[in-house]
Amino acid sequence: MSRKRDNPAGTAAPEVFARRSGFGPFQALQSRRNWFAINIALLIIAIVIPFKANNYVLEVLANAWFYVVLCLGLNIVIGYAGLLDLGYAAFFAVGAYTTAILTSQFGFNFWLTIPFAVIFATIAGIVIGGPTLRLRSDYLAIVTLGFGEITRIAARNLKITGGASGLIGIDRPNLFGLDLYQISHYYYVFLVLAVLACFVSYRLQHSRLGRAWQYVREDEDAAEAMGINRVMIKLYAYIIGAVFAGIAGCFFAAKMTAISPETFTFNQSVLILLGVVLGGMGKIPGVMIGAFALVLFPEVFRDIGAMRMLVFAVVMLIIMLYRPHGIWPEKRQ
Amino acid sequence: MSTLDIILQQLTNGLILGSFYSLVALGYTMVYGVIKLLNFAHGDIYMAGAFIGFTLLSFFAGTLGNGWLGILPAMVTAMIAVGLLGVLIQRVAYRPMLQAPRLSILITALAVSMILYNAVMAITDGEYKAFTVGLGFEGFNLGEVYITHTQIILVVSTAILMIGLYLFVGKTMYGKAMRAISIDKDACRLMGINVNKIIALTFFIGSSLATAAGVMAGVYYGSIHFFMGFVIGLKAFTAAVIGGIGSIPGAMLGGLVLGLLEAFGTQIPFIGSEWKDVFAFGILILLLVFKPTGILGRTEIERM
Repeated sequence: MSRKRDNPAGTAAPEVFARRSGFGPFQALQSRRNWFAINIALLIIAIVIPFKANNYVLEVLANAWFYVVLCLGLNIVIGYAGLLDLGYAAFFAVGAYTTAILTSQFGFNFWLTIPFAVIFATIAGIVIGGPTLRLRSDYLAIVTLGFGEITRIAARNLKITGGASGLIGIDRPNLFGLDLYQISHYYYVFLVLAVLACFVSYRLQHSRLGRAWQYVREDEDAAEAMGINRVMIKLYAYIIGAVFAGIAGCFFAAKMTAISPETFTFNQSVLILLGVVLGGMGKIPGVMIGAFALVLFPEVFRDIGAMRMLVFAVVMLIIMLYRPHGIWPEKRQ
Repeated sequence: MSTLDIILQQLTNGLILGSFYSLVALGYTMVYGVIKLLNFAHGDIYMAGAFIGFTLLSFFAGTLGNGWLGILPAMVTAMIAVGLLGVLIQRVAYRPMLQAPRLSILITALAVSMILYNAVMAITDGEYKAFTVGLGFEGFNLGEVYITHTQIILVVSTAILMIGLYLFVGKTMYGKAMRAISIDKDACRLMGINVNKIIALTFFIGSSLATAAGVMAGVYYGSIHFFMGFVIGLKAFTAAVIGGIGSIPGAMLGGLVLGLLEAFGTQIPFIGSEWKDVFAFGILILLLVFKPTGILGRTEIERM
């Protein structure tokens, strides 16, 4: 019943009507051009902010862009392929620990660790996804949760990951002679990553693979009957999502210069999931807004502190009950 | 300790751990049976049950003492209270979502879990609560292994609850309706079964059993905390899968098997107790790969 309550026909119809009326293709072009202009304007604002803002604001915003990358990565798994992953922080951990271990213990250059992080994230994606993607979606959820915990417990008990206290002394990356150490540097790093993530997500969504995901998500059996190898398709989603998180993890480690297993808890996975769900699964701007809401909300409402997650959870429940596809969901064809 | 004593010791530990797992796993499996929902909040219901039991015990302890005479009424009232909480959760969060996409209802369940978890954390300030009970340590020796009466009582009460449930599901009309719903909900509706009522009843029973486990765990370990539900929720799910999800005897068996495996797993050289959670999840993953239907589960035929 609640699905009928959302998307009331009364609000959706005039919008569609307005778009259909006018000068047909010309109108469509214009609206696309508007859309483009808005994006460019937003990007310019994002680029000039560091000249005006203080370090606190930059820190928060850099964090927001960072979560945009993570949420877009998870969005590929959840929004595009329709797989519930509750251990996404594990991939993030793989990337962060790869960079941390390689730079602090083997003296690698930061940039050289990224390909390794990609490789390890891919392997992690295959190891976790391979056996479980054949299963029903709810089994997958709990297995990913289990794997997320295994990763954290392993990071806590292994010697190479520095045990419970984690690793320190991770090298700052150097970009064409410029040492990245200021918060404004990382603001730009994460901005670039976020823009890249948007671009990749967009291209993926409109690719052959993206359509296959959509098909599998909407009707797995029909998709398989049409010759789509659903296990492989899901595995691709899984691996690509893992790689996003892995790369984000590298830069996270570089920014923090110290990481500990407690960053990669179940709560972290839930936060990322929340960003995706809040904004609208499958819709890039929706997910970005979700990620921003995630980071800005606790900063704006600092007073509620410990109650933050409780409020988040209630919000999540209400959104699911009234808008099961998120605040700004993708239009389903 | 001789090998026989170690085996006996781990058998005792495994049985007790297994009893808790079984009771929680039953809730998973029953809910899964009737509405095919993986109830993420179940581990937190177990935790909430422990806390409500704790509160009620301090209430009853004033008049009845904190021995079994006080624990029993506290446990029973807690079971009823949390059972009703389960029904409420079902009514508010899950019933409107039954027709929604599977992903949405899973996320809803996750949200409920987070609400319970964070609410209890906020109420208790994230502190451990000491579950003070005056049960003493009387018991007897079996070889070199000392077994307390408390341990015996816990295992026996679990057995009683399970037998009760087994009879309820097997012999009464409600149980029959429950089994019928797990096969075909729409046909049940046509046959005049009040499906929503039976679903609510299932949540009631599942939550009560989890509460019983929560209170017993509090009594046995002596302290409770707000994150106690997370790991046991995962493990009880593992137990339900081991036994075959949807199967009630399977959940009972699966819990005991997992409890014993875990107890004996700590004896394997090179695997310390810090890895015991990894051990349980490893079993879950291997099982899902090689025998996803579990020990007693039926092979599910997916209809198009």
